[in-house]
Amino acid sequence: MPITSALVQAGPSLDPISDLRQLTAFPFMVTALEAGTIVAVMAGVIGWFMVLRRQTFAGHTLSLMAFPGASGALLIGFSAAAGYFVFSGVAALVIGLAAGTQRAGNRGEESAVTGTVQALGLACGFLFLSLYQGVLANYESLLFGTFLGITGGQLLTLALVAAIALALLAIVGRPLLFASLDEGVARARGVPTRALGLGFLALLGLAVAETAQITGSLLVFALLVAPPATAQLITLRIGPSLLLSAVLGVLVSWLGLALAYFYNYPVGFYITTVAFVMYGGVRLLTARSNRSRPARGRARAAADGA
Amino acid sequence: MFAHEFFRNALLAGTLIALACGLVGYFVVLRAQVFAGDALSHVAFTGALAGAAAGIDTRVGLFAATIAIALLLGGIGERASADDVSIGVVFAWILGLGVFFLALFARGSGGGNGLLGARALFGSIFGLSVGDAQLAGVIAAAIVAGVLMLARPLLFASVDPEVAAARGVPVGLLGLAFLVLVGATAGEATQAVGALLLVGLLAAPAGAAQRLTANPYLALGLSAALALTAMWCGLALSYAIPQLPPSTAVIAVATAIYLLAFALTAARPARAARASRHPSPAPGRELDWDR
Repeated sequence: MPITSALVQAGPSLDPISDLRQLTAFPFMVTALEAGTIVAVMAGVIGWFMVLRRQTFAGHTLSLMAFPGASGALLIGFSAAAGYFVFSGVAALVIGLAAGTQRAGNRGEESAVTGTVQALGLACGFLFLSLYQGVLANYESLLFGTFLGITGGQLLTLALVAAIALALLAIVGRPLLFASLDEGVARARGVPTRALGLGFLALLGLAVAETAQITGSLLVFALLVAPPATAQLITLRIGPSLLLSAVLGVLVSWLGLALAYFYNYPVGFYITTVAFVMYGGVRLLTARSNRSRPARGRARAAADGA
Repeated sequence: MFAHEFFRNALLAGTLIALACGLVGYFVVLRAQVFAGDALSHVAFTGALAGAAAGIDTRVGLFAATIAIALLLGGIGERASADDVSIGVVFAWILGLGVFFLALFARGSGGGNGLLGARALFGSIFGLSVGDAQLAGVIAAAIVAGVLMLARPLLFASVDPEVAAARGVPVGLLGLAFLVLVGATAGEATQAVGALLLVGLLAAPAGAAQRLTANPYLALGLSAALALTAMWCGLALSYAIPQLPPSTAVIAVATAIYLLAFALTAARPARAARASRHPSPAPGRELDWDR
C-alpha cells in the first residue's frame, strides 16, 4: 500500500536528524517502525536456525499458510487466528513428518511434499476466496504485505508472539543447534533430533503465520531469509552471527520503511530490494576474500556441509 | 461438456501443459529442486505483471522473466543447482519486484489490477481463446520434446553427478539447460494453474511416481501420466461443480494422487524405515540405474 504523497511534506534531505523527525511525525509511521523492529528481530533469530537447517523452502511454504488460514476463517466466519493455527499447524506437521522419515542425503521427497503442501494450501485459499465471491479485496496485502495501518492491538499481538517464540527458542536453542550442525552425532548422544525438527517447524509455522497475518507473508519471508543468510556469510561464530542477523533485519526494515515513506512505492518492494542488495553485496565481497584466503573458505564449506 | 469451445481449448492446452509439468517435475523432484521450481513459478507472476505494466503481451514478460531468472539461479549455484538460501533471497526480491509492477500497473490502468493479479496468481484456463490454447500447446510440446531429448544424460547427471562428470557428461551445462526448461514450463503453466499453484503440478505427480516405482524411465512416464490424470480430472470436476475453480480442482486431484501413493507404499516402509535407521543404503527403493 503506497503512502499518500499528501502526507509527505518534502523528500529526504541530507540531514539525518530532520529526516528522522519527518519519519516519526505521524503515529502510523511510528507503529510501522515498531512493528518492523519486532518482526525483524524475531525473523532474524528464527530465520538464522532456518537457514542453518536449510529449510528455506519450508519457511516460505509456512509463511504462505496465512492466506488459506485467513480466507478460510473469513468464509466460515471464524476468527482469523483459528484459521491460521489450523493451516500452519497441519502444514508444519506434514512437512516435519516428511523430513523425518526420509533417508539422509535425499531431500527430493521432502521438497516434493513441501511443494505439494504449499500448492494445496494456496489452492484452498483460492477456493475459499472464490466461494466468498471474491470480496476479500486485500488478498494482495495478505500475500505481499505492508507494515502500514497496523493497530495498537496488532502491535501488542506481534510483540507477544515474538516474545513467546524467542523464549521457546531460547529453551531448545542448544540442542537444536547441535542437531542442526551434526544430526548424526547429536542423535548418537541421545538428542531427540526428530522431535526437535518437528518442534522447530511448528514454532516457525506458528510464529511466521501469525506475523504474516499482520504484515503479509512476503515481508516475513524476506526478513526470515536474507538477514540470517548475510550474517552467516559474515561470521560463523554463533553469538555474534545471531546478533548480527537481528541487527541487519532491523536495519533492512527501517531502511525499507523510510524509502517507502519518501518514495511512493510499496513497502514490500523496498524491503526486499534492500535485503537483496545487502546479501548480494556481502556475498560478492566474501567470495573475493575467500579466494585470497582459501582456509577460511574451506572452514565455511565444512560448516555448510554439516 | 466437449461441446463448449472454452472447454476444448482448456483441454488442449491443459493436456500438453500437464505432460510438460509431469516430465519436468520428475527431474525437479529427483534433483531436489522443487524450491527452484517454486521460485521460478513465482517469477512468472512478476514477469506477467512487468509485461502488463510495460503494456506488452503478458506472455512475453512471463517467458523472458522465467528464463532470465533460471539462468541467474543456475549461474549463482555450484554445478548449476542453486542452494536454497540464494534461491530464497532472489525469490523474495522477485516477489517484491512483482509488487512494484503491480503498483505501477495499477497507477497506469486505474484500478483494474485486482483481476489481472488474480489471473496471474491463480490461473484462468477456462478463459483461453483458440489462439492462446494452440500457442500454449505448441510451447508445451516443445518443452516435452526438450525434456525427452535431455532425459538420458540428465538422469545420469542427476543420480550420480561425480561419475557422470568423470564420464564426460557436461553436468553443469545440463543443469543450466534443465533450469531453463523449468523456467519455460513455469511460464507456460502459469496460464493454466497460475503462478502460485504450479508447484503442486510439478511436485505431486512426480513425488507419487517416485514412491510407486524405482525404475527411472517408468517413473518419468508415470509422472507424466499422473499429471495428465490430475489435469483431466480437475477440469472435469471443475466443469461439474461451477463453484470449484479449475486450478484448485487440479491441485486437489494431484494431492489426492500423492496421498494415494503414500497409502499404497505404506505397507513397504516397515522395511524402508528399518533401513533408514541404519546408515547403510536402503535396499529396494534406491534408484536402479542399470535396470
